Amino acid sequence: MAFVSQAVDRVFKMNVEMMGLQLLLPEIFVLTMACIVLVLDLFLHDRNRVVTYGLSQLTLFGALALVIALADGDSHTAMFGTYVADPMASLAKAFVMLVVFAVFLYSKDYLRQRDLFKGEYYVLGLFGVLGMMVMISAHSYLTLYLGLELLSLSLYAMVAFHRDSGVASEAAMKYFVLGALASGMLLYGMSLIYGITGSLNIAEVAASIGAMAELELALIFALSFVVLGLAFKLGAVPFHMWIPDVYHGAPTCVTLFIGSAPKIAAFAMAMRLLAESLGGVQADWGGMLAILAVLSLAVGNVIAIAQANLKRMLAYSTISHVGFLLLGILSGTVEGYASALFYAITYAIMAAAAFGMIILLSRTGFEADTLEDFKGLNARSPWHAFLMLLVMFSMAGVPPTVGFYAKLAVIQAVVGVDLLWLALVAVFFSIIGAFYYLRVVKLMYFDEPLDSQPLEYGTDMHVAISVNGLAILLLGLFPGALMSACMAAMGL
Amino acid sequence: MLENYLPILVFIGIGVVIGAIAIAVGFLLGPHKPDSEKNSPYECGFEAFEDSRMKFDVRYYLVAILFIIFDLEIAFLFPWAIVLEDIGLFGFLAMVLFLGILVIGFIYEWKKGALEWE
Repeated sequence: MAFVSQAVDRVFKMNVEMMGLQLLLPEIFVLTMACIVLVLDLFLHDRNRVVTYGLSQLTLFGALALVIALADGDSHTAMFGTYVADPMASLAKAFVMLVVFAVFLYSKDYLRQRDLFKGEYYVLGLFGVLGMMVMISAHSYLTLYLGLELLSLSLYAMVAFHRDSGVASEAAMKYFVLGALASGMLLYGMSLIYGITGSLNIAEVAASIGAMAELELALIFALSFVVLGLAFKLGAVPFHMWIPDVYHGAPTCVTLFIGSAPKIAAFAMAMRLLAESLGGVQADWGGMLAILAVLSLAVGNVIAIAQANLKRMLAYSTISHVGFLLLGILSGTVEGYASALFYAITYAIMAAAAFGMIILLSRTGFEADTLEDFKGLNARSPWHAFLMLLVMFSMAGVPPTVGFYAKLAVIQAVVGVDLLWLALVAVFFSIIGAFYYLRVVKLMYFDEPLDSQPLEYGTDMHVAISVNGLAILLLGLFPGALMSACMAAMGL
Repeated sequence: MLENYLPILVFIGIGVVIGAIAIAVGFLLGPHKPDSEKNSPYECGFEAFEDSRMKFDVRYYLVAILFIIFDLEIAFLFPWAIVLEDIGLFGFLAMVLFLGILVIGFIYEWKKGALEWE
């Protein structure tokens, strides 16, 4: 009897310890489903591969439902304080699910046409999603690093997915080596902070820095490594060299994945690291981010003009958008953080649509990834030309698309902390950047098509890209709901 | 202070003696039939001296990767087994979960034919 009561006691204690596990339900669900999909896919014949695709989409849908069901507007920690579920996490995760849903859908036909329709793409994608979720909800440096590595390792493998492609292998190698270097930098900074504050927990690090009578020089040293690692992962100049090669070399469906949802997760990582744990040294990292932001805006916008390859052009455009994202973060105010979150989410939606259009125009044995391929799109398909026009206008920041509102919110936040010169720099380079976006529009509407073959796409693709393109317009016309959700996520 | 290191000295002494005994016994009692193959340095099935830029079969890497995974698993299992009494059912289930995920990876590699040499 004593043994039984002891066992019951133990189980009870275990339950107490495991309390908070219900907060992790979305992550647990995605992990379980990813494992199920992985094993199930082994036993599927190639012609039934669509089951893998369906289950992956179902997983995202289920995880989205769980994230929404668990969001209660409060902040809770779980797993001994290493995991946090707060409004920012819920919002970011929900949009990660939505964007990846679109990514998987766009990729299906592209993979099929290239004989790459394998379960591994979806399994790696799901593990990448899990990594993003862990990053977004990290409340300890270790959790953050774990999520980041899970995402990065999945992405390295996905870039190398097309085994026979030389450029893809080269891109994967560069991405892997530079990514590993960046992880090392980040980890070094984290370990120094651990040495200074004696904790890896984000709240405890923040409290420890807040209690310091005088800031230690070592802390600034550690901070610079953290910022450096972060800049590498975000692709801010001068740590941007991997972005063009990876975007260009990877299969378009993988570029689509890398270029969209991970930006939201990277924003969340920057928030957890800089704003939440190192908020006490905001003056120092604000200055570092200002340099990175100005350089990113300048280099990204100017070099993009010289690109003939659309994927490469969008890679440089990403770099310039990262500059805007950093502007929102460096302002250090709640409005700034909210505007940066808004920017990250809308950028992910725009990037999904932009790469989705490249996929839509491509077909078996033909990659529509140069500017030439978009010539005269209006004559071939006015509706798709219009969608691409919306995407380009939004990236350039032309009203009434959402890109305009996102840029406006960030600039307002920067002006709000009296950094007028930064706002002017941002506007100046946006005007330069408008040139290469509008050039695509000019090619589509005023040039003769080089390619007269009709576009090949499925109904699902057509519907999804239409919804995606119209979302850019609608969010621009009615930005209030998403903006107030972002404000609420930052506790305003 | 120094006497704290006495056990280490004893260990080193015992280690040297055991090693010496093993070599000496083999040298004294073993049969001696040397040939050129036996006298050449042994290096995991490769020629000891040749161009280092030779091609490796990719399967070697695969085996190495698989080895590392299960090697790390053992590295986790030992400390876990020692403190199992203290971490209780929660710790036990955590390890079961970890092993379960590892098994899924194992099923994957098995079905993909990574374990078949030819």
